Amino acid sequence: MTTNKEYKTIRKVAGPLVFVEKTEPVGYGTLVKVTLADGVVKSGQVLDTSDDIVVVQIFEGTSGISKDAKVKFLKENIKLPVSKDMLGRIFNGAGKPIDGGSPIVAKKNLDITGAAINPYSRASPSDFIQTGITTIDVMNTLVRGQKLPIFSGSGLPHNEIALQIARQAKVVGTTEKFVVVFAAMGITNEEAQYFMKDFEETGAIERSVVFLNLANDPAVERLVTPRMALTAAEYFAYEEDAHVLVILTDMTNYCESLREIGAAREEVPGRRGYPGYMYTDLAMLYERAGLIKGRKGSVTQIPILTMVGDDITHPIPDLTGYITEGQIVLSRELHRKNVFPPINVLPSLSRLANMGIGPEKTRDDHKNVSDQMYANYAEGVDLRGLVAIVGEEALSEKDRLLLNFAQLFEQKIVTQGRKEDRSIKRSLDVCWESLRSMPERMLTRVSPALKQKYYGGK
Amino acid sequence: MADKDKKQVGILYRIAGPVVVVRGLSARMYDVVRVGKERLMGEVIRIDGDDTVVQVYEDTTGITPGEPVENTGERLSVELGPGLLTSIYDGIQRPLPVLEEEMGNFILRGVDAPGLNHEKKWEFKPLKKKGESVKGGDFLGEVQETPTFLHKIMVPPHIEGKITEIKAGKYTIDESVCVVETATGSHKIAMLQKWPVRLSRPYAKKQAPSVPLLTGQRVFDIFFPLAKGGAAAIPGPFGAGKTVSQQQLAKWSDADIIVYVGCGERGNEMTEVLTEFPHLKDPRSGGPLMDRTVLIANTSNMPVAAREASVYTGVTIAEYFRDMGCHVAMMGDSTSRWAEAMREISSRLEEMPGEEGYPAYLATRLAEFYERAGMVVPLGTTKEGSVTVIGAVSPAGGDFSEPVTQNTLRVVKTFWALDAKLAQRRHFPSINWLTSYSLYMDGLEPWFAKHAAADWRALVSRMMTILQEEDKLLEIVQLVGSDSLPPKQQLTLEVARLIREFLLQQNAFHDIDTYCDLKKSYMLMKTVLLYADLASAALEQRARPQDVLSIKAKDRIGEAKFERDYETLLKEVQKSIESEIRALAR
Repeated sequence: MTTNKEYKTIRKVAGPLVFVEKTEPVGYGTLVKVTLADGVVKSGQVLDTSDDIVVVQIFEGTSGISKDAKVKFLKENIKLPVSKDMLGRIFNGAGKPIDGGSPIVAKKNLDITGAAINPYSRASPSDFIQTGITTIDVMNTLVRGQKLPIFSGSGLPHNEIALQIARQAKVVGTTEKFVVVFAAMGITNEEAQYFMKDFEETGAIERSVVFLNLANDPAVERLVTPRMALTAAEYFAYEEDAHVLVILTDMTNYCESLREIGAAREEVPGRRGYPGYMYTDLAMLYERAGLIKGRKGSVTQIPILTMVGDDITHPIPDLTGYITEGQIVLSRELHRKNVFPPINVLPSLSRLANMGIGPEKTRDDHKNVSDQMYANYAEGVDLRGLVAIVGEEALSEKDRLLLNFAQLFEQKIVTQGRKEDRSIKRSLDVCWESLRSMPERMLTRVSPALKQKYYGGK
Repeated sequence: MADKDKKQVGILYRIAGPVVVVRGLSARMYDVVRVGKERLMGEVIRIDGDDTVVQVYEDTTGITPGEPVENTGERLSVELGPGLLTSIYDGIQRPLPVLEEEMGNFILRGVDAPGLNHEKKWEFKPLKKKGESVKGGDFLGEVQETPTFLHKIMVPPHIEGKITEIKAGKYTIDESVCVVETATGSHKIAMLQKWPVRLSRPYAKKQAPSVPLLTGQRVFDIFFPLAKGGAAAIPGPFGAGKTVSQQQLAKWSDADIIVYVGCGERGNEMTEVLTEFPHLKDPRSGGPLMDRTVLIANTSNMPVAAREASVYTGVTIAEYFRDMGCHVAMMGDSTSRWAEAMREISSRLEEMPGEEGYPAYLATRLAEFYERAGMVVPLGTTKEGSVTVIGAVSPAGGDFSEPVTQNTLRVVKTFWALDAKLAQRRHFPSINWLTSYSLYMDGLEPWFAKHAAADWRALVSRMMTILQEEDKLLEIVQLVGSDSLPPKQQLTLEVARLIREFLLQQNAFHDIDTYCDLKKSYMLMKTVLLYADLASAALEQRARPQDVLSIKAKDRIGEAKFERDYETLLKEVQKSIESEIRALAR
């Protein structure tokens, strides 16, 4: 093989893409360096390669690139240097430290694309992760190896919730290593400051690895950020035996970048202009969550996305919902009522909840309590519509109790302090406090034995 | 000759994702090619002048233009023979356990693994003798593949002649067990057959489906039966219990062989299937259910082209067992992901998109695939075999008007509408009885009349009518309350409740209720309708409605679901219903 030649043969620059003519063979997906006339170096990745023309997406954006910029093909894939020292560090969206510290001395250089886990090698997720938030722990239980997104809307406090989870998440009753990998894509500087301040103040930073791609950072870099984060996560999980929680925010920005690239390449657009391969692309990220037989660590994901116009059928939440194991949905209505965290349990779901709860894992009454609260709250919310028409006087005694429960549910169970870390026992007790507002016979989803044990109160 | 060889190798010209362009290759459509130095597997999907477009079944990162591409001259095929059962494959029939052994926990590329074990020796017992004439599909012999399954070794289709040699003993699947003298020369026949996945296997005659695939699940067997050789679609909304329904079908349906294709679904969900299936017991033999199962798992993050191929791999394996005279149930979960894979590849080819970006040939492909279901007379036996396809669809945003669901509904005749709302109300199996349908009812009527009861269809129709009426009445009840309805209509509501709770609902986790045979279903139906008739008569004789509606015996019908000796119990209940109502009339 020849040594890396430098080309000055840029033929076309369009949006984030550069078209280069070249003579040596260039591999698909490999890394490219572009040196501008003023010495600035940009990096990119090969999106399309043929005998004569190569299409490169430039991570830092194409501003400043002229036809005489120098292009060098590096013949390697994008890699992330990883080591234990990444803990407590902050990186930009392309994996470079931005906290003023020294560069990472790589223990390994890992390919960021990642490979699919052989379905036969996967182990079933079954360990409960306590987030300290009642609506998640009791009603939408998160388990190790799961991917459970938060569907939010613009202006809703999903960042606060994400931070609270990052601070509080733990596996009860073990001293195993727990690492949080936090990747932000296209968030504002203000938000980033807020995140950093919180991470540093609470000391959460010590067990965290942070990747930040800000709103004014190049959009294409966003396509790499989650892959960097997941590569770091896989390293900690499978080589350092840690349990890793990956928080990705905001996936909507990621998908916008995907669309931008697609448009620049003049691809045939799919639904709402998003590329047809978005499902596969998202799957390649989300499916990197999981457990592997015989390995100690695990990767759990909480991707956050803002629903465009609060529309849950928009392609981004829709495709995400088909890949992830459930979703946690935030509600603008609850937020307006000053409920924090404004989690609407009715459309929320954790598909793996049943694998992580029960007498040995959480508490014997967990499933029954969760079912009962779902049923009561659903009925209570339905009745609100009725009350608006016929007035509260027209309700039966039973309906009035349900209506009252819905109120209690939002005020006492959903609502909790931003710093309040409820243990699962405490969470279940809080639930019982409100369930006791109803006569015992109305709690039809709870078995008689459990009612006897818990209904009477302490 | 040398010239011809040269043309079998081309040069990679362009790479963009899973679709690559090759120059200088002479290939036919759907030929399998080996791409690059790592010899990644690919398939020709378009020929354009000197350019050949290939979809690659593995990740193409790092592959460079100029690398060689070799045409194997074969089409994408599966290996068929003893050893298929109990296997777990990816979309192109590579055994996942072998892949794990060779490349660890992650799927890397460039590893080839044959679908069947070529070293293992199987005990071959001939069924034919030297000198006999045989033709394609005839059973040459048999192999005890698993404790419960006798694998028939068949003459490959298109071979016809006289046996000049056949020998019993232990052989690998590659060794010849028989020699057939045909018009074109003598053919050595081994136990292994290869068959291209995109081509359906030949059969003697296709027949109209006339026998139900009994599932032991009342809502399917009674209300929305599926015929052996038919096709059904299940939409799978979030949390509606699709997995449990599918496992119940796999466990209890009277199919001989189960082929389960996990196509583009979640890794953790696939793990659930992969870990649970091997533990499931076959209720018929007591052995593991895996002994008559083939699993294919291609999760959403595995290469998209292999996802596209996975359903064909599955259905070809199903057809192979069908040719032995077996009844095969194939489940595809989910066909929407398969359609999306087609869409993705089509957009990479820059084809003109049809509805919602799907290729214009979506409807044709779906129809072609479902057409491979069917009840047939195989080539080599008079015993009928069938492939029944149960495809899951996952409509985006729960919107049934999207193209995949619509085009699927145009070809399948049974629709089992799983309903998340019912699941939330803990109504299981959560099949919505108002939106589901089965067009096999008429075709299966004679079978049910003969094997279940002469008045089966009449009873079913009557119950459906009651359920429809309940739906209408419930709208009124919401406005005015049930007390203001006339007694007759109150009775309808009550009978509908009995039907819902005692017939439609079934507990998959209860030892006895998990399976319900036709006789039991029939008795339950009879008893519920007995109450309906007697109560209606009593109302006409001016018995007090609240008395008629609250007789105790009727609620005991439900107990029979959980009772092994349901006959005695139901007879007793019928007597008490009669006597209780008689007492009211007095």
